Amino acid sequence: MNPTISRHWRSFKWAAWLGWQIESNWTRPSLFAIYSVIKPIASAFILVLMYVAFAFIGKIDDPALFNFVYVGNAFFIFVGNTLFGTFQVIQQDREWYQTLRYTYISPISYYTYIVGRATTKVVVAAFAVLITLGFGVGFLQIRLVLALGDLPLFVAAFLLGILTLVGIGVCLAALSFLTARHVHGLAEGIPGLFYLFCGILFPLSILPQWAQFVGRALPLTYWFEITRRLVLPPEYQIDTGIVGDPLTMLGLLAVSAAAFFVLSIGMFRWMEYLARKAGKLDMTTSY
Amino acid sequence: MALAVQTKGLTRVFDAKRKFLRRRKPENGEPAGPVTALDGVDLEIRDGELFGLLGPNGAGKTTLIKILCTLLLPTSGEAFVAGYDVTKDPFPIRTKINMVSGGETSGYGLLTTRENIWMFSQFYGVPSKVAKPKIDELLHTFGLWDKRDSKVRVLSSGQRQKMNMIRGFVTDPDILFLDEPTLGLDVNASRVIREYVMNWVRGQKGKTVLLTTHYMMEADDMCDRLAIINNGRILAVDTPGNLKRRLKKDTTFRLEVDPLKDTSPLKGIAGVKNFSETSDGGGSVLKLTFILEEESAVSDIMSEVVRQGSKIHYLHKSEPTLEDVFISMVGRSLE
Repeated sequence: MNPTISRHWRSFKWAAWLGWQIESNWTRPSLFAIYSVIKPIASAFILVLMYVAFAFIGKIDDPALFNFVYVGNAFFIFVGNTLFGTFQVIQQDREWYQTLRYTYISPISYYTYIVGRATTKVVVAAFAVLITLGFGVGFLQIRLVLALGDLPLFVAAFLLGILTLVGIGVCLAALSFLTARHVHGLAEGIPGLFYLFCGILFPLSILPQWAQFVGRALPLTYWFEITRRLVLPPEYQIDTGIVGDPLTMLGLLAVSAAAFFVLSIGMFRWMEYLARKAGKLDMTTSY
Repeated sequence: MALAVQTKGLTRVFDAKRKFLRRRKPENGEPAGPVTALDGVDLEIRDGELFGLLGPNGAGKTTLIKILCTLLLPTSGEAFVAGYDVTKDPFPIRTKINMVSGGETSGYGLLTTRENIWMFSQFYGVPSKVAKPKIDELLHTFGLWDKRDSKVRVLSSGQRQKMNMIRGFVTDPDILFLDEPTLGLDVNASRVIREYVMNWVRGQKGKTVLLTTHYMMEADDMCDRLAIINNGRILAVDTPGNLKRRLKKDTTFRLEVDPLKDTSPLKGIAGVKNFSETSDGGGSVLKLTFILEEESAVSDIMSEVVRQGSKIHYLHKSEPTLEDVFISMVGRSLE
């Protein structure tokens, strides 16, 4: 194997292995399996309660709206997990395990290492999304239809959405080379912004004009729009205020995924350089 | 002979006031202005050498190791490891080095001792069939065999330190940086580590160790050559024997006296080259080490001690040690 490819594969493989150990190794396998099922189901109940509250206050009872909210929130698990997981790699290694200096000086690609750790989060999130959707279909009258012909489009949108997320995640993770204080705020704040502006909980069309503009500028908005259009039956589609056919949106996603990939490499190298210059690569703080 | 490490005018200044995103006032204990951790360091370490860096805390030892390990950029000057520039070519350096810092408790608590070490060996591309028996051998050598399947979170800090030593050796680097490797370890564990390091370097060709320590005995026993560093400057580089021979024409006297009101007059006594003072016994005893150019100065020292109303409990003329070399150069002891 080409030495560069070998280095990246080695970095990715063992980072993903480590990520999986950190995710799953904190308890017995049986307890971990139970936890992995119960956690998304508990989150689904929170959604039900939110919808009931909305329905009571707004005097609405629209199954299409519930499906919209439920599917959006189920797929949002990818956003939260991937971004939070990517953000935390540097902070965890540097502050909690104090291993960053030893990983960093080993002959791996630290960028690919972060991507490997993030991949574990995506896999864990995928399991949670499947449980959430399955529970919704089985017990909460969620209706999902995915035509076989739409599967390639769904998979392409999914992969581009995840790539975009990882790109954004690495950009923000790179910031944590220089700061420990702001990492948790960013890790929770950025997904919160996506939750608000990307049409997860409510259609973009009900937001003020400026917020709709922000939402349309965010690539994840299109991922969620494509996904809903593909998995919800026609009678459960609602007007989100986003026009355009799925292929055009897929093109936008592809461009944004490529843009964030390039940006993430640039940000990573720049922040890594600044951290090496400032002596912050292996700093330990109380954060 | 080829050089494993070379530095030319290496300088590192930490600007304490610049902070990311905002400026803030320095907190208690933080320096208000720039701190020069390394000041024009010129150093050459040969292939196959066990080279020591001896200096007190804050002398710049760790900063130098961080630069050589590609963790930190120098402010100015150049540094080469295995012939590669640490600033321009960090990656080829990383294939040839490893580093262990003492007094640390690093490690993934959810992994076992063996998994932790094995994972790092995989980062270096060591084949599992090579890494696994080597890990087992090192676990036996460092007395961690019983803890091989224990989660790292239950290991004591000393056991974690031994695990990190194994992590450093398992990749069989050409150049190993050991930053205070025996810090905080018990006597027996320290001895095992010292013996292993010496055998590792001397038992095979092309292995180089840069060891930082503030234990003079460690530097004296282990190192082929060593550099004395203080305030970021290299004061001397030579073999331990040659460094001590520099003091042969001087005389070392050690005294233990009641605390003195003022020790500054001792410095002005004719024939006193330098001296250090440390308190012991809860401040009830003052230990003085004098490096004398003229042995006759000892009578003036005793007169001054008595003049200040202090008693002399102990007086001993001794062979020079590395610590005496340090005192003669810096004017204070290593501790």
